[in-house]
Amino acid sequence: MPARTKPAARQRAAPQNSQAIDFPTKVHPGSALSVTHFTLEDVSEILAQASRLETMPVLRRAQLLAKRRVALLFYESSTRTRTSFELAAKSLGADTVLVSALSSSIEKGESLKDTGITLRALGAECIILRHPNSGAPYLLAHTTGLPILNAGDGTHEHPSQALLDLRTILSRLFPAKQRNSVTARALHGLTITIAGDILHSRVARSNALLLPRLGARVIFCGPEALLPSTAAEIGHGVLIERNFEDALKQSDVVMMLRIQKERLAGLHLDLEDYIQRYQLDASRLSAYAPKALVLHPGPMIRGLEITSEVADGPNSAVAEQVHHGTAIRMALLFRALQTKPTQSKKKSRKR
Amino acid sequence: MTTILIRGGHLVDPSIGVDEKRDLLLRDDRVAAVDLPAKLDALAKKERATIVDARGMTVAPGLIDMHVHLREPGQGYKETIATGTRAAAAGGFTSVCAMPNTLPVNDSPEITRWMQSPERDAVVRVFPIAAATRGSMGEALTEYGALKAAGAVAFSDDGKPILQDAIMYESLAAASRVGLPVIQHAEDTRLTQNASMNAGVLSFRLGLRGMPAEAESGIVERDIELLSRLGKSSGHLHVAHLSTAKALDAVRRAKRSGLHVTCEVAPHHFALTEQAIGDYDTHAKMSPPLRSSEDRAALIEGLLDGTVDAIATDHAPHAIHEKEQEFERAPNGITGLETALGISLLVLHRQHRMPLTRLLALLSSGPAKVLQLKHRGSLSVGSFADVVVFRVAEQWKFLMSDSKSKSKNTPFDGWTLPGRVLLTISEGRIVHDARAVSSKR
Repeated sequence: MPARTKPAARQRAAPQNSQAIDFPTKVHPGSALSVTHFTLEDVSEILAQASRLETMPVLRRAQLLAKRRVALLFYESSTRTRTSFELAAKSLGADTVLVSALSSSIEKGESLKDTGITLRALGAECIILRHPNSGAPYLLAHTTGLPILNAGDGTHEHPSQALLDLRTILSRLFPAKQRNSVTARALHGLTITIAGDILHSRVARSNALLLPRLGARVIFCGPEALLPSTAAEIGHGVLIERNFEDALKQSDVVMMLRIQKERLAGLHLDLEDYIQRYQLDASRLSAYAPKALVLHPGPMIRGLEITSEVADGPNSAVAEQVHHGTAIRMALLFRALQTKPTQSKKKSRKR
Repeated sequence: MTTILIRGGHLVDPSIGVDEKRDLLLRDDRVAAVDLPAKLDALAKKERATIVDARGMTVAPGLIDMHVHLREPGQGYKETIATGTRAAAAGGFTSVCAMPNTLPVNDSPEITRWMQSPERDAVVRVFPIAAATRGSMGEALTEYGALKAAGAVAFSDDGKPILQDAIMYESLAAASRVGLPVIQHAEDTRLTQNASMNAGVLSFRLGLRGMPAEAESGIVERDIELLSRLGKSSGHLHVAHLSTAKALDAVRRAKRSGLHVTCEVAPHHFALTEQAIGDYDTHAKMSPPLRSSEDRAALIEGLLDGTVDAIATDHAPHAIHEKEQEFERAPNGITGLETALGISLLVLHRQHRMPLTRLLALLSSGPAKVLQLKHRGSLSVGSFADVVVFRVAEQWKFLMSDSKSKSKNTPFDGWTLPGRVLLTISEGRIVHDARAVSSKR
C-alpha cells in the first residue's frame, strides 16, 4: 500500500496507459482530501502556520482572508467540526455560508456536482465538505476545481482531525520547540492505541495513515466485528491487539472511539460485552496506562466507550483537542486560499 | 446476389483449426468458399465480387459477445439496440447476447421478439437472453419453451442472482428440458449489502463496504451442487462474469467431474485490479467488482488452461450524470464492446503469450458453443458471413469520445491497444469499415 499518493498521480493498471478521467479539472493543490496527500513538509508547515495564526493579534489575523468566501457544505450533522471550521474562517476574516442537506435543494435531489457548481457560481472560493459517502470530496474537487477541505467523508478520512490530534499529542508530550515541525522520527518510540469502532471510523484511518509516517506505532484495538484483521495492512507501523489491557500496557496515547450506531447496518453487537471488554474506565486506565494521554474525537457516549471519570480526568485532553482544532483549521483554510491552482484543463491530463 | 472476396489475408478460424493464408468468398449472408490464396479469384471475377485486400491482416470469424446490456426497452438514454450494435460492430462483434434487465424486464416472448425486430435497426445479430424468473424477481419461472421459440438463447436474471435453492433447481431443470443454459450472476446479495467494491484492505482503507470473494464462489458452489442433483446427462449452468480464483476453482472441479458447467470472464477483470479505483473512479465500479491481483492472475491462468469458455464484456452503458456521482451511489458497470479485442490482445496475447487461435476461440467459437449458436463463430463453408478483419500489430488509441456507444463510461479511455478492427462484416454486410483511418494505408 503506497503511503502517499498525490491526487493527480492516479494508480495505473498498465504502465503504458493513462487511466480514464473524464472530470474537468484536477484536484486543487490547496485541498485537504486525505492525509496521504500531505508530505511531511506540508504537515510541518500546517503545524507552524497553526501556531503563528493562533498567536497573531486578532485584528491582524482578521485581515488575512478578509471577505474571502468559504462555504460549509454539510450533508451530515456535526457540532465540533462545523463550528470549528466556521470560527476558524471567521477569525481569518472570511465570510462563511452554511449549506446543510436538510433545508437546501439537496433535499430536492440536487447532485453534489451541481451543488458545488452553484456554490462556486455564488462566489465560494473554498468548500468544506462533510458527507456520508466515502470519497465524496474527490468528486467535489474534480467537478468544481476549488480547494476542498474534507471535514469527514463516510468511513474514509477526517484529515483535519488527524492533524489536530497530532498537535494535541505534540503539545502535551513534547517540548515547545518540537511542536511546529515534524520529521519521520518525530514520534519515534510513541505508541498510540486507537480503540473501538475502527471499521466505521474515518478518524482512525486518518490517524493510522499519518502518525506512523512520523515514527509512531499505532495499535488498533477492538472486536472482530468492528475491526477486520485486514485493517493492520492499511500501512506500515499499524498492528492489531484484540485485548484492550494488553494494548493499554504499551500505550502512551489512547484514542477512544464512539460506536457508530448509524453505520452498523445490520451488524449486531452485544453492548454489555463490549463495555466489559473495551470501555476505558478509571480502574483500567490507572492499572494499565496511568500516564497515558486520553483522546476522543467526539461525540463521546459517556458510560459506553468511556466513563466520565476518565473523560473529565487529568489524563484527558478531549477539550484541548477541540481547542487545537480551530488553529489547525485556520491553517488549512489559509493554505487552501493562498495556494494557487495549477493549470489544469482536461487536455493537460491526457497523454 | 452480393459477393465479397477477402483476399490475401491470414485466416484464423479456431472452429476448424485453420491458421494460415486463405482467401474467403462470402455470398449473400453465408460463407461460400475458403481456399488457398488466389484460388478464388476467377470465381470472384465471375460473380463481380467486391474485393477486400486483406494483405497483412488477420481474418477471423466475427466476434460473439454473450453478455451485453443494450438497455432497450426502457432506458434508451443509456443505449439503444441501434447504438449498442454499432459499438459492437466497431469492436469486431457480429453477434451480441442481450441481457434481460431492461425496463420492463425481458421475461416474455413479446419483448424477446420486439428486441429482434428490424425496427430496432440493429447492425449485428442480437440474441436475447430471457429472464429466468418473472420480472427477475427470483420467485416464479418464466415460460422457457415459448421464450426459446421467440428466439431466446439462454435464461438469466443477470444483475440479480437466483438465490432460492428451489427456484434455481427448477430453473436448471426447466432450461434443460428446452436444451438451453441458465446463466447465473453469482452474487450472494446477503453478503454484499451496500458494498461497492472488492472486500479487502483497499476497501477498508477507502472506507467502502466490500464484496467478499465468497459471495461469488458460494453461489457458484451451490449452483454446481444443484446441477449435480439433476444428473450428469442433463442441465447446463453457465457462470457469468466470473471474477474470483475461488469461483474459478469450483468451475474447474465441476468440469473435471463431468458436469456441464461453463463460464465467461470479462476483459476488465483480467486487465485491471481493484487498484484501478484510485481516487474513487466510478469507471472502475462494476459488479462483480475489480478484484485482487491474485484473482486477476487466476483468471488469466483459467483463460490459458481452457477452464474459461468465453470472454464476454458485460457491456453496461450508463449516462454521464449517473456515473458522475459519489462512488457508493454510482451504478455498476462499464462499456466494453469496442475495447474487448484490443484489451484481450494486449493482456492475453502480448503479455501472456496466448496463441491467437485460442484468444479468438474465446471470442467466437467458444461463446457459440456455450450457447449452441448454429453457423456462428466459424468460417467454414455454409456458416454465416460474419467476419472481422484486423491487424494484430497495429496500435491504436481508444478514445471514449470516438465511441459509437451512447454512453462513455469506460476505464480504458486513452489506452493504446493492439489490433485495430479494420472491417466488420455481419451476415454479408459491411457494418464497420476503418480501413481509411488505418495508419498503414
